[in-house]
Amino acid sequence: MSSIPVLSLVIFVPWIGALVLASLPRLGERASRVLALAFSLSTIALAIACLGSFECASTGYQFVERHNWIGALNVHYHLGLDGLSLLLVLLTGLLSPASLLASWRRVRDPRFFGLLFLLLQGAALGVFLALDFFHWFIFWELSLIPAYFLIKLWGGSGAARAAYQFVIYTIGGSAFLLLGFVAIFAATGTLDFVQLASLGADGTLGARLATLGSFWPQAVFLGVFLGFAVKVPLFPFHTWLPPAYAEAPTGVSMFLTGVMSKMGVYGFLRLLWPLFPGPLHAAAVPLLWFALGGAVLGAFAAMRQTDLKRMIAYSSVNHVSYCLLALFAVSAATGRSGLTSEAAAAALSGALLQMFNHGLSAGALFYCAGVLETRAGGRRGLGDFGGVQSAAPVFAGLCGIAMFSSLGLPGLNGFIGEFLIFRGVWGLVPWAAAVACLGLFATAFFLLTFWQRVFHGPRAGAAAGEFADLAGLDLAVLCPPVALMFILGVLPQILTRLFNPLITMWANHLSLP
Amino acid sequence: MNPDYSGLFAALGPETALVLGALAVLGLDLSVFRSRTRADRLRLALSVAALAVLAAGASVWLGPRGPIYGGVLILDPLAVATRLGVLVLTLLTLGVTRAAAELRQPAEYVAVMLFAATGLMLMAAAQQLLLVFLALELASLSLYVIAGFDHSRRDSAEAALKYFLFGGMAAAFLLFGFSLIYGVTGSIELPRIAAYISLQGADPLLLVALVMVLVAFGFKVAAAPFHLWAPDVYQGAPASSAALIASASKLAGFTLFTRLLWPGFGAAAGNVASLTGEPGWLPVVAVIAALSLLLGNFAALAQSSLRRLLAYSAIAHAGALLLGVMAFGKSGPAPLFYYASTYGLATVGAFGVITAMEAGGRCEEITDLAGLHRRSPLLAACLAVFILSLAGIPPLAGFFGKFAVFSAALRLGGVAGPAGWLAILAIALSTVALYYYLIVLKQALVASPAADARPIRVPRVAALTLAAAAVLIVWFGLFPSQLIGLF
Amino acid sequence: MSLLPWTIYLSLAGALLALAGGRRSAGTARWVALLTAAGAWILTLLAATRFVPGPGLQTLVDASWIPSMGVRYHLAADGISLTLLVLTGIAATAGVLFSWNIEERTGEFFALFLVLVAGVYGVFLSADALVLFIFYEVAIVPKYFLIANWGSTNREYGAMKLALYSFAGSSMVLAGLLWAYAVGGGHGFGFADLAQATAGLSRHQQIAVFALVFFGFATLAGIFPLHTWAPTGHVAAPTAASMLLAGVVMKLGAYGCLRVALPLSPVGFAYWQAPIAWLAVVGIVYAGLVALMQEDLKFVIGYSSVSHMGFVLLGLAAANLQAVSGAVLQMFSHGVIAGLLFAVVGRMVYDRTHTRKLADLRAMPLYRLLPFAAAVFVVAGVASMGLPGFSGFPAELTILIGAWKRDPAWAAVAALGVLVAAAFTLRAIQLGFFGSKETAQQPAPVGAADHPLQFEPVSAAEKIGALLLIGATVLIGLRPDLLLDWINPALQSPLLQAALKAGTP
Repeated sequence: MSSIPVLSLVIFVPWIGALVLASLPRLGERASRVLALAFSLSTIALAIACLGSFECASTGYQFVERHNWIGALNVHYHLGLDGLSLLLVLLTGLLSPASLLASWRRVRDPRFFGLLFLLLQGAALGVFLALDFFHWFIFWELSLIPAYFLIKLWGGSGAARAAYQFVIYTIGGSAFLLLGFVAIFAATGTLDFVQLASLGADGTLGARLATLGSFWPQAVFLGVFLGFAVKVPLFPFHTWLPPAYAEAPTGVSMFLTGVMSKMGVYGFLRLLWPLFPGPLHAAAVPLLWFALGGAVLGAFAAMRQTDLKRMIAYSSVNHVSYCLLALFAVSAATGRSGLTSEAAAAALSGALLQMFNHGLSAGALFYCAGVLETRAGGRRGLGDFGGVQSAAPVFAGLCGIAMFSSLGLPGLNGFIGEFLIFRGVWGLVPWAAAVACLGLFATAFFLLTFWQRVFHGPRAGAAAGEFADLAGLDLAVLCPPVALMFILGVLPQILTRLFNPLITMWANHLSLP
Repeated sequence: MNPDYSGLFAALGPETALVLGALAVLGLDLSVFRSRTRADRLRLALSVAALAVLAAGASVWLGPRGPIYGGVLILDPLAVATRLGVLVLTLLTLGVTRAAAELRQPAEYVAVMLFAATGLMLMAAAQQLLLVFLALELASLSLYVIAGFDHSRRDSAEAALKYFLFGGMAAAFLLFGFSLIYGVTGSIELPRIAAYISLQGADPLLLVALVMVLVAFGFKVAAAPFHLWAPDVYQGAPASSAALIASASKLAGFTLFTRLLWPGFGAAAGNVASLTGEPGWLPVVAVIAALSLLLGNFAALAQSSLRRLLAYSAIAHAGALLLGVMAFGKSGPAPLFYYASTYGLATVGAFGVITAMEAGGRCEEITDLAGLHRRSPLLAACLAVFILSLAGIPPLAGFFGKFAVFSAALRLGGVAGPAGWLAILAIALSTVALYYYLIVLKQALVASPAADARPIRVPRVAALTLAAAAVLIVWFGLFPSQLIGLF
Repeated sequence: MSLLPWTIYLSLAGALLALAGGRRSAGTARWVALLTAAGAWILTLLAATRFVPGPGLQTLVDASWIPSMGVRYHLAADGISLTLLVLTGIAATAGVLFSWNIEERTGEFFALFLVLVAGVYGVFLSADALVLFIFYEVAIVPKYFLIANWGSTNREYGAMKLALYSFAGSSMVLAGLLWAYAVGGGHGFGFADLAQATAGLSRHQQIAVFALVFFGFATLAGIFPLHTWAPTGHVAAPTAASMLLAGVVMKLGAYGCLRVALPLSPVGFAYWQAPIAWLAVVGIVYAGLVALMQEDLKFVIGYSSVSHMGFVLLGLAAANLQAVSGAVLQMFSHGVIAGLLFAVVGRMVYDRTHTRKLADLRAMPLYRLLPFAAAVFVVAGVASMGLPGFSGFPAELTILIGAWKRDPAWAAVAALGVLVAAAFTLRAIQLGFFGSKETAQQPAPVGAADHPLQFEPVSAAEKIGALLLIGATVLIGLRPDLLLDWINPALQSPLLQAALKAGTP
């Protein structure tokens, strides 16, 4: 462990960037953009540096920083990195500059935009790295404010309402989350995730909560669950998502779908599952249905959309629900005799991969939708385009790759994640896998419809007139993710080696207290 | 009994000084100052009177203590303190009279004031029934006269007449009561009367006498249901007269009657510490106190005339002071005296402000106070102190007066009996009182002056007097022990 | 530490000087007031640096005052007092800064303001219940005149209502204290003396005495349903007065509950604990819901103050170490945040736009015309929501933990209040500052001078005041241990421990 607080740097360098932007009110537009991009790129740079000294084989936390903070509440400033967090930090590091580039010349007042975005980026990183509830919750909540303003001030016509709904839903969930952790602290006297995980594993946490009444462990579980369920979002708490993603400006939508939804999944994996294995198992079947609802109904809803961004938004619900499907399946099967850790390991690694891959593909898709919208002068309906392929072949090519990655075509990155999930779930809870297939079909259907209506056929709608192909900026945004889609499709072990030991450990230690 | 005339003379030094002063005022005015203007004559009369009061004060301070002339007078701490208090209040009244509008016969006015003061001084020390009556009548008659002194207004004559009629009737009751007491106990000296009652117990005739005494008491201090004269007198009399009536007369009245009731009739007092207790005059006083508190506070809410508001608030304060009377037996005179004297200070001040304002225009309604902070910041500031003291806001003396009286009443037996309940009632009603006091202050300190309002010029002496009264209120509020420690 | 009583005397002296200075010029009065307020604040900070936390009050002045009644002029301080003294200093200084633009009767304004501040300092420093009561009442009259003279909406009614409710509350307190004192033999008004005296009463009497004293103080703290004076009064008050009233004076009530009422009768407290807690949580939610419906921005904040004070009362009612320390922390936190909110709405917005109606503000919109005010309001708003990173979060967290330990139902309802707070705050932010003339189809560059309305720029005094308050809330939000390390030892005093024990089954 080096003496440089790397993880603190990861979180706070974007915030320092925000501060710099705030203190230079008369900074020019170009300078603001460049500065914001530079600070945003710091994340991926630091993450790669960490990658160099990251020991994949160890399953504990690395680069740990732990200092005393608030004695009266037994709170410590605790940061740590393991495979899961590293994965998400890398994802954030990739998507953030992409989002900023996506907004490069398209937003007014880039200084303010960059400031808010850097705040958001730092907060998201904080969520992935913090290991004590106090500052974890600070980052969790603080991410809402920049997101709110980013949606509201630069969004479309319904942005104000969408932003308001987004914040209210999320804060509503957070209120339950807070209450849950209040109860946890009252019962155990600690807010440290590591300690709480061990207390959850051996059943102490449940026992302590139950001292006030036997229904309290379930109630607290429910509270914490709600907080995360709204964030992901898990059906049926997802109604805030389509308006928010659709009304937000392109870059913000990319970040929302790529990173912020993963904050919710991260919460499930890092907190809900380790702390409440028992209640989660007990609730697993209904939760499976929720996840399936999200997967299947999300995909079917996407099918029925005519607004491209809404289509991708519903598709996000679908894809992220697969991650949770895997988790719930693992939890449902825990404690069953004859459970193989192989299936569990498959499901879990699929979930993690899916998180990363979906971030890439959904981000790329939103960007493509943004390109279409800009070229068409604000329209983004399914029927507003036709034959784009002949007008902009490069664009069609890159967009197509993103679509097929989202679809799960073998050879691209999306396939591995979905395959592992299905394989794992089939071995754990076969019927759920069967139902989830419906989602796959629906996804295929709407993505192919998208492809066919927008790109194929005679040039129509916005593509009938002038329709420029991708410029350098657009290429800068799209090429890295697309390249990764190929690379990871063929060499997924680049990522999986980061977290396989962790997954293996999880899969081998499935037990109910 | 051996008549000790020298002792008597020494004890009556203050009264002598005052009478001589009154005669001097009259004499000088008739002779030397005859040709001066009325304003000058007022000024000179006041100066002579002030000297007389100061001389009287010195005499009280240096004079003898203890029973005088075989017990006819008693100069115990309560008496001495009351005499000094009356003198201070009279001095302050003289000071504010300086600002009074033109009086037709200034010297006579001042002289009668001094006579009133004499009577009040005697009231404070009297321990024999005849002397009590004599002092009371001397004071009352003088007060009737100065109440009716303003010939330019019909209200003044009406006030004087009402005061006289009520007062006369009360005096009649008192005298009849006294004759009954004499008839039953065979003595007119309070210690002997007390001894008789404690030995023989209360006779039915004695109870009748008690009731009559209480009626007179109620009248004197303007307690309900004997208060009917107060609003009209406070409104009709010249402001400086009202100042004296409301302050010094109340102080002396309370002292007088408390002495009658406690050392005199103490044995027949009864019990208000709990509901079960022997009957006596205490429960009756409790009822009077309750009526005064309720009537005074609620009637004041409805007033639009400043003077009538002060009158009703006086009734309410009388109710609270009666609590002090009730607690006298156990807690001694300190709470009662502190409250009465500081109440007197505040009242003199309030009426003094009215006097000063009347010189510059009318001051009948509360709304006439509008914009006082602009017309005369001094008057506004002083009025604020006086009104807030009346309202019982710390750290002014009015608060400690109430505090002392209420805690004494509660000490009688907690909330088990009427005394405690009355204390709680009085505390609750103080919120009501704050409302109407704030209404007054709102006009004076917040509202803008009327379009035709001019700045008020206050003569220097009057200004000094008002400031002195305010300072005293603040002083005794910050250091209550100065007064309480006298006992 | 012995410098602390000088905060009172300095403020009083400053009041007189300000009054005199006001005769010369408004500027003199302002500077005198600022120096006095800042000076008193610095005294509290100096005392804080030398403070050694410990249980029990550390005596500063103890002189006999009215020996015959056992009243002593006894001033003392512990960690809890110190927290609130520092808060008063901050709020007073910020209040002066935000009143820099008062032109009419400036000397009198600052004189009344400083007398109010002196009374507040006195309450926090008192170690004798009667002295506390006296300082408490000293504060009432300046409140009335500040609002009646320099206030805005419905000021005479608001001032009278506020003064009468405060006085009625304090009358209840006086009745209870005198009762206990008299029955206990009249030995004195020290907190321990009164506790001893009350212990001698019968159970029913103790319940009654506790009720009188607690609810008397709680009226000033804005307990439901005796809270209606607060929104009316605070809206009517001028900015600095609102800041001080909502920020600090409401805390006098809560402080009185903690310092005087709770130790007075553990028996009474045990009886009333559940009703108080339920009233508190109902107040949190109800006031929040009412705030959600308001059309006047200042009323939103007025009701939000009642809601936040509900948290304080909940913390006191839950009566364990966590809850009470959280309550004191919330007193500090809300004091700063309320000050900030009123400052923005009253000084930055109303003094310029002359409207507080959300419908009017929506059409402006203010984030383009007054970006600094919008930014400060957003910060204040999220702090008020209890967003982590600001002082409200550790306070509410600690209170919820403490409340949960005692009865989870209380914490659950209170958490609902957090959600409602988010809703009304966001609504206020959205409508008040980030509205749009019509649905923004063509968003103009932010900050453009194309808008016909122009407002005077935010003055240096306002900026300093705002930064002062923001700094305080962020500092305590990230380092609440700075205050908790004072508060927690103070709660170990025998009197408070007895009270806490009574509330724990």
